[in-house]
Amino acid sequence: MSAVESPTTPRNGTSHGVHLPIYMDNHATTPMDPRVLDAMMPYFTKIFGNAASRNHSFGWEAEQAVEQAREQIAKLIGATAKEIIFTSGATESNNLAIKGIAEMYKERGNHIITQVTEHKAVLDTCKRLEKSGCRVTYLPVDAEGRIDMEDLKRAMEEKTILVSIMFANNEIGVIQPMEEIGKLCRERGVLFHTDAVQAVGKVPVDVNALNIDVLSLSGHKIYGPKGVGALYVRRRNPRVQISAQIDGGGHERGMRSGTLNVAGIVGLGKACELCREELPMEAERLRKMRDRLKARLESKLDHIHVNGTMEHHLPGNLNMSFVYVEGESLLMGINDIAVSSGSACTSATLEPSYVLKALGLGDDVAHSSIRFGLGRFNTEAEVDYVADKVIDVVQKLRELSPLYEMVKEGIDLTKIQWEAH
Amino acid sequence: MAYSDKVLDHYTHPRNVGQMDKGSAEVGTGLVGAPECGDVMRLQIKVNPETQVIEDAKFKTFGCGSAIASSSLATEWVKGKTVEEAMQIKNTDIVKELSLPPVKIHCSVLAEDAIRAAIGDWKKKNGVQESSAAPMVATAH
Repeated sequence: MSAVESPTTPRNGTSHGVHLPIYMDNHATTPMDPRVLDAMMPYFTKIFGNAASRNHSFGWEAEQAVEQAREQIAKLIGATAKEIIFTSGATESNNLAIKGIAEMYKERGNHIITQVTEHKAVLDTCKRLEKSGCRVTYLPVDAEGRIDMEDLKRAMEEKTILVSIMFANNEIGVIQPMEEIGKLCRERGVLFHTDAVQAVGKVPVDVNALNIDVLSLSGHKIYGPKGVGALYVRRRNPRVQISAQIDGGGHERGMRSGTLNVAGIVGLGKACELCREELPMEAERLRKMRDRLKARLESKLDHIHVNGTMEHHLPGNLNMSFVYVEGESLLMGINDIAVSSGSACTSATLEPSYVLKALGLGDDVAHSSIRFGLGRFNTEAEVDYVADKVIDVVQKLRELSPLYEMVKEGIDLTKIQWEAH
Repeated sequence: MAYSDKVLDHYTHPRNVGQMDKGSAEVGTGLVGAPECGDVMRLQIKVNPETQVIEDAKFKTFGCGSAIASSSLATEWVKGKTVEEAMQIKNTDIVKELSLPPVKIHCSVLAEDAIRAAIGDWKKKNGVQESSAAPMVATAH
């Protein structure tokens, strides 16, 4: 038995022409693009005014910067500037959208439809609303991670006021049938909200073409700053109204009070502008690197599989299960690479990923999953390093794995009477 | 997550990895845990029939770093002990030795179970009576 590569290798070294550690967890957050930082800098010290100050130039300058950012964001998603509301991030955007609509439209109905692989910011918001008289339908997903449109049709009823379905999933990168959902919602007169945090800037998003009424996005997922996000709220056909969840000075057309985070907003605007300009090229580059990573892993390892359909998929995402190897032990061996695992051992709750379980995967497969999140600053050399390192550690851990040995000996693991503990 | 140096050492240089002949009368095999729970340990001991001393031990583990370390340590500890002495190894000793955090205590419990299961298997094969002082523990916990 050869030793697993030491997890105590000095960090911040260089190996095979790549800088270590390698960041490949871009669904969790992204590094800020230096061009975004450059755009933000003047707004901390020189142009520091309150965008709500109407009677002096400090305020006007800040307001002008905010309005420019609104334009930049709107342009990326095919909206108009007035439809953009600034928030502290996508969790707040999701809360504001769902709670604000539930409250505003309670005379019309109290039924909300969402689906099981949503982010907790949506699921837990819905759960809270259930305590105050809302009814929520949680649609299942198929083995590929997508909802069935027939399920959605069946779930719609007289009292349905809102459908909230994420654009792309943060773990498996699967893109939901947005066009069909939008079309159906429009036909039925039901509002359509989408948590588009992982999709905006990564794949083309057009709120009009897709009939999206409300959309959440975040700065730090698109190479912008943390602590700033936005909510798109449709103003025409239909005009969507949202009850404020934070009361105060009546900022953001009364929907979200609080002094605007001008520097952050400028950064979000710049990040959106860069995404719009570079999206086609960047998506293609990421897709190629992702496919290279996948092919390299598949060429050397057996018993691995991709979680979620590759057909409707974010270009930078790859979620793979390395069966018979536990995810946390794999992460430990590749500790100079930052990725995520769906293993229970890496979560605070000691439960394996609910997203992977929703696909119908057994807990054992969920425990073995790794999420690779490629981003703007990853290189082909990094992809090769990551692939080779993962291959090496998986092979070593499989030498340690009684399950892999049993499978190689032709033993059917499902026939063994395991004692759950 | 921070691992203790000892966990890292066992993970990086696992001791006594491998398997012994399950069919041999001298070998006791314990297979505990479940794939769905994220950890499975197989611990084997080879016992000298004259002295009842555990002369060799091997393991393979599917699980997190702490599970690998717990079972690797268990093989080190049982070697050279008699089966009755090995029965006295407690999961709390493993927790202490490896400085396992509370969320990883189950790894040590599993390692203790694996030792007892291996000894239980050896006893069964050799017609040795279970001593009431140290009964074989089921893997459920």
